[in-house]
Amino acid sequence: MAVGPASLAHPVAGRPFTLKGVLEREGVFSWLMLSPGVLFLLAFIAYPFFYGIFLSLEDRRVASPGVFVGLANFQTLMGDAVFWQVTRNTFVYVAATTVLKLAGGLGMALVMNQRFRGRNLARAFLLLPFIVPTALSTVAWMWILDPTFSVVNWLLVHTGVVAKGYSFLGNATLAMGSLIVVNTWRGMPFYGITLLAGLQTISPDLYEAASIDGATTTQRFRYVTLPIIKPVLIIVTMFSVIFTFGDFQLIYALTHGGPANATHVFSTWAFDIGMSAGLLGMGAAVALAILPALAALIVALTIYLRRE
Amino acid sequence: MVDGRDFLGRLRRLYLPLAVFLVLMLFPFYWMLITSIKPNRELYNARIMPLIVHQPTLKHYIDLLYETNFLTWTYNTLLVAVVTTLVSVVLGTMMAYPLARMRFPGAAVVAIGVAATYLVPQPLLFIPMSDIINRLDLGNTLTAVMLTYPTLLIPFSAWLLMGYFKSVPRELEEAARIDGASRLQAMTRIVLPLCTPGLLSAGIFSFTLAQNEFLYALIFLAKSEVRTVPVGAITELIRGDVFYWGQLMAAALLGSVPVAIIYSFFVEYYVAGLTAGSVKN
Repeated sequence: MAVGPASLAHPVAGRPFTLKGVLEREGVFSWLMLSPGVLFLLAFIAYPFFYGIFLSLEDRRVASPGVFVGLANFQTLMGDAVFWQVTRNTFVYVAATTVLKLAGGLGMALVMNQRFRGRNLARAFLLLPFIVPTALSTVAWMWILDPTFSVVNWLLVHTGVVAKGYSFLGNATLAMGSLIVVNTWRGMPFYGITLLAGLQTISPDLYEAASIDGATTTQRFRYVTLPIIKPVLIIVTMFSVIFTFGDFQLIYALTHGGPANATHVFSTWAFDIGMSAGLLGMGAAVALAILPALAALIVALTIYLRRE
Repeated sequence: MVDGRDFLGRLRRLYLPLAVFLVLMLFPFYWMLITSIKPNRELYNARIMPLIVHQPTLKHYIDLLYETNFLTWTYNTLLVAVVTTLVSVVLGTMMAYPLARMRFPGAAVVAIGVAATYLVPQPLLFIPMSDIINRLDLGNTLTAVMLTYPTLLIPFSAWLLMGYFKSVPRELEEAARIDGASRLQAMTRIVLPLCTPGLLSAGIFSFTLAQNEFLYALIFLAKSEVRTVPVGAITELIRGDVFYWGQLMAAALLGSVPVAIIYSFFVEYYVAGLTAGSVKN
């Protein structure tokens, strides 16, 4: 099949029909190069994706054969209060972190877009949270937010801000707040550094011209900077939103979805149901619940990229 | 006078906010470091000033290396990262080259497919994937993660490299072909050497992503001897409600070192890879 479409390609004029000649055809060469990767992605992304849809329609437990149940899993989920809580958690988590990362990242980019000595070094350091394995940096945050020995509590108590420390991961609101802070800490440099690259494409002449016309700093930002980096801003945000929807390890390591499901998102809840409880069919159904929002985002991103 | 105002302006617009960003971004690493060298009597005494170390010790590092499987996990992590990086860059190159430089039937479909597979999140796939790995009888083997990590890395590598391959002028390749080079030779001897920065970017990125992967490793690797550092640290150094904070921090710090070293050498390529997808478009 991989070779089939290649026969449509025109043979190179004036060359004899040899094996070497066939291999030199654009279509044949292209598909020979492509096929290992394409087969790999078909086997390990496309197949699991459709197999997941199939699983979600089954009552399937680990190590036992499945029974086809149609949409029963989804019906159960619709009537489950935890499902709606998880949905709300996921949207709160994605929305709050996106706003914070965008605002903080833009601030970081604007600060970094000035000339100063050691700028490349500063950039390398600022990116560290993004490159260090997330599970490992989350371990540091667990200790920073520890109920008894939290350094944040120590600072708050010793500066007289509060009388008694908080249980950051033990309280529903504070636990979600903590997750949002840690995700923002990890993801902000991605925004900061990509937006910085966007800012650096702006010619200084534009700012000079705006200054000569009497534009203030705010006006220059509003009418020169923002319109130019808007495409970068939108693309970075969409990518980040898509990946934050699929976030797993930070939440799994920091709160494990607790206390009492207060910080469960689709991925961690699907893990608990599918892996820990062994209900593969129901777990697959939970995981698929992110698909509508995700598909909408991907379509929006594709349309935007096409238009640009 | 003018100088003084200049400095104040710079302090307000540059030094102060920069210092705030640096402290916020780096504090958790400082915390990792000092926690890992504090003796337990300092760690678990709420009355001692926690911001500095009073009597540093290497006990947690020694315990980590002698009493846990940390070295095995490190070996596993590096082996998996190197193998998957190589596989992903090679297959990514083979996909990106025709997509960027050739005209052939089906090109548009494959290009969209690569973009789509890049955006499919792991949580959508891990449950069916666990069943597939079980059926292949690959549970608790490094092969399981070596097979699945490239699914995260190939689409990204291909996407990134397409941009680099497109930037090489067609004439160079045509000149080589007129001189009798085959398509494969034109690719390996003309285009690929010119795209070395792109290949490095894809490699560095894949390497850091492979070190960062957690979900597949957590699901497929349940035995201590086959675990990677992130999964080993999270599942074995936290036993029930007992936390070995000193050891945990030592593991977190040592586990971050390989990535940090590679990153510090190739930071420019890393940034180029990071921004290529969003800025160069």
